[in-house]
Amino acid sequence: MSQRLSILVFALVMAALPLIPEMPPFWIVLLDNIGLSALVAMGLVLLTGVGGLTSFGQAAFCGFGAYTTAVLTTQYGLSPWLSLPASLVVSGVAAVILGVVTVRLSGHYLPLGTLAWGIGLYYLFSKLEFLGRNDGITQIPPLQIGHFKMLDAGTIYYAIWFAVIVSAILTLNLLDSRTGRGIRALRRGHVAAEAFGVKTARAKLLVFVYAAVLAGLSGWLYAHFQRAATPTPFGAQADIEYLFVAVVGGAGYVWGGVLGAAIVVILKEVLQGYLPLIFGGQGQLEIIVFGIMLVALVQFAPSGVWPWLTGLLPLKSRLRRPDTSIALSAPVRAAPPPGPLLRIDNARKQFGGVTAVNNVSFEVGAREILALIGPNGAGKSTTFNLITGVLKATSGTVSFAGQPIIDAPPQAITQLGISRTFQHVKLVPDMTVLENVAIGAHLRGRSGAIASMLRLDRADEARLLAEATRQIERVGLGDQIDQLAGSLSLGQQRIVEIARALCVNPMLLLLDEPAAGLRHMEKQRLATLLRQLRDGGMSVLLVEHDMGFVMDLADRIVVLDFGTRIAEGTPEAIKTNPDVIKAYLGAVA
Amino acid sequence: MNTTILLFLVQDGITNGAIYALLGLALVLVFAVTRVILIPQGEFVTYGALTYATLSAGQVPGTAQLAAVMGIVAFGLDLYLARKSLHAKRILRAFAVNIAFPFAILALTYALAGRHNTIPVNTALSLLIVAAIGLFLYRIAFQPIAHTSVLVLLIASVGCHLAMQGFGLVFFGAEGLRGPAVSNAALTIGPLSFSGQSLAVYGITVAFIVGLWLFFDYTLYGKALRATAVNRLGARLVGIRTSLSGQLAFLLASLIGAISGILIVPITTLYYDTGFLIGLKGFIAAIIGGLISYPITAVAALGVGLVEAFSSFYASNFKEVIVFTLIIPVLVLRSLAAPEVEEEQD
Repeated sequence: MSQRLSILVFALVMAALPLIPEMPPFWIVLLDNIGLSALVAMGLVLLTGVGGLTSFGQAAFCGFGAYTTAVLTTQYGLSPWLSLPASLVVSGVAAVILGVVTVRLSGHYLPLGTLAWGIGLYYLFSKLEFLGRNDGITQIPPLQIGHFKMLDAGTIYYAIWFAVIVSAILTLNLLDSRTGRGIRALRRGHVAAEAFGVKTARAKLLVFVYAAVLAGLSGWLYAHFQRAATPTPFGAQADIEYLFVAVVGGAGYVWGGVLGAAIVVILKEVLQGYLPLIFGGQGQLEIIVFGIMLVALVQFAPSGVWPWLTGLLPLKSRLRRPDTSIALSAPVRAAPPPGPLLRIDNARKQFGGVTAVNNVSFEVGAREILALIGPNGAGKSTTFNLITGVLKATSGTVSFAGQPIIDAPPQAITQLGISRTFQHVKLVPDMTVLENVAIGAHLRGRSGAIASMLRLDRADEARLLAEATRQIERVGLGDQIDQLAGSLSLGQQRIVEIARALCVNPMLLLLDEPAAGLRHMEKQRLATLLRQLRDGGMSVLLVEHDMGFVMDLADRIVVLDFGTRIAEGTPEAIKTNPDVIKAYLGAVA
Repeated sequence: MNTTILLFLVQDGITNGAIYALLGLALVLVFAVTRVILIPQGEFVTYGALTYATLSAGQVPGTAQLAAVMGIVAFGLDLYLARKSLHAKRILRAFAVNIAFPFAILALTYALAGRHNTIPVNTALSLLIVAAIGLFLYRIAFQPIAHTSVLVLLIASVGCHLAMQGFGLVFFGAEGLRGPAVSNAALTIGPLSFSGQSLAVYGITVAFIVGLWLFFDYTLYGKALRATAVNRLGARLVGIRTSLSGQLAFLLASLIGAISGILIVPITTLYYDTGFLIGLKGFIAAIIGGLISYPITAVAALGVGLVEAFSSFYASNFKEVIVFTLIIPVLVLRSLAAPEVEEEQD
């Protein structure tokens, strides 16, 4: 069953539920609560399971949504439909303020910040005169279409579940897009994503604001469902419960949020009935069970119930091969002036008292494979990092196609036409090979988050995926295109990195130990590929330890030792150079 | 405002700030060693305070039974983990720590409850009970997932907070409790009078700060604990027992929490859920200290206490709002001083 069909079936089932004769009204109320909770949890899924961030401020964002509409409809007589955008904007803006100050910090500042802030806001809601203090705001008008008022749980049910299903579709669309790949790279692999032009801080902010807006929507619905807004449902307890919902359902899955909401709301109802009989007290004793379950889930079933459930159902997402006939226009770049493509002139890098790169100069010509070799600690990777803008040189210049690039950020250097692979493979293990490689073409697409949600990005997306597919086929991994990157062998992962780098359509390809972990046949295939690339007009600069591979492939070789260039020349000349032999094997006996 | 009020507010702020400092230190300690953001720190405060108050009222606190039950679970986990190599020595060790220890405490509690114990006896017993809970909490909830990401540990931490707060409600009820003062001495300097209680607060806080600082910066074991936090695998390879460091960190944190609780329960009425808020104020201080620095955390905690005292005078309705919104400027400052974010593996 395809995804679209299953969503349609789900929507029809949900629409039919209240029509069942003799359906107890209390069950409808439960379903309403599940929907409201699912909306918030969906945002948390995106934040926690996909983005690797988390927030304890979601209830406060609900509060913003609820109080905004409460004030606007009761005090200014605004129609609830007009207060909806206001509710969403207020929650979104609140998230921007908190998001901007936390996105640059390590992951754990956001949950702590939102936790403290959420509690502060809870007190604010309960103290402000115009929000009715602890009594809140009552007599909020119901939602109304024409003369039809959504007064009872059975009618607002449709508004709530319409919102849930539409939000789920928009969220799924977002994740399956150029922006979505950037978001999914946040948790594991944001260093590489950043190198290919994904603005990770912005992606984090986007997810946070998106989650807050969903919470605001839930708050708006809640206010018109309860016809009142009081501080209690927007406190810290609710925040923690939302996190529980996301973890139970499956924090990595959009529908996991909906499933989690159903489990938690029903479980809570059952527990509130039975627990007082066991413990004899009153109050919210279900939190004991929730707490223990949360600890147990994290230990035994960290991916939640949803993946387990989908394993039982015949839900197979149909994998479609992207149409590789769609062309992606090459990035517009000025033609490089004649002469060497990359020129490194007296580059120097010191770490405190250690000189890692000591006034090194060399050039990479057009259509040339240059190998940078040297014993461990010779400064090869540091030189690489100076070229790609990861490290700033202490002195000296690096210029590419006639332009100095010494102080440019990594993204700008990528845009100029230099792309790289990493010594330690940096792929997003839970994304497919295709999706990982498509991150390489990130800067060649344009569609933003909103276009992606509304599926207006399809033409752009098809071009990116076609390009990614072409590059995957070019490196010979066409059969693995739909496998998860993490399931490939290390050697294959290195090749995936090369395909990703090729998606930039580079003029210069930097490869950091590409042959490490490859088998003999794979090395030969890699050498053939690199020769083809050179013959097609690309230059390659590679760091490699496998001498057989280097001597066979490189046009020229530069040898570094202790940060200093000790030799340069053709493979034949390097093989017999006494300084090189001394550096590798020690002094001649 | 006159000088008397000013001095009074400052004194009040410093007393509260000292408690936040103690909690902030415990949070930094636990995070530095285990990467766990210890949300249930506040529950250690509540458990310490209310266990002490219950013992002083001559009853058996439910926390003693909880410690025993947690011990049984921890024993089960130890046995399961060692199922492939069950030596008598290993079983005995696990039995001593997980069964004999908490049941001895439970027996002692039953034996002593109902008599008119002196304050030191009740204090010591409360500390023992809460320390056992802290130890087993790490063993049960965190040790099995010690290698995972900060986010996963945080989720487990939130789970512990929920469960412990729920148990707090079962054990101590929804009504607040107060305990007898540790000291009735008083000291008057000019217009200020210091109760023995607040002097004890200051003394213990300073002692802990100095102690922790000396321990982590100048002892081999302290350095080993820090190494565990930076690189678990590396620490294990050089022979540091990482699970033991985690247990030690939790033991210390629960002790600090319980001491804080016992120090404040004579001053204010504590409810089963008060600890959470107190702990969060410790968090604000710990965040200012970047979750690494003990001295900055301590100073920041005094700042939080002072802000709270003054805002309760000027805008008592918005006291909590102001204190918790402090987090925003703090995060802005940290963000400006932020180093590049490292990639996390999980």
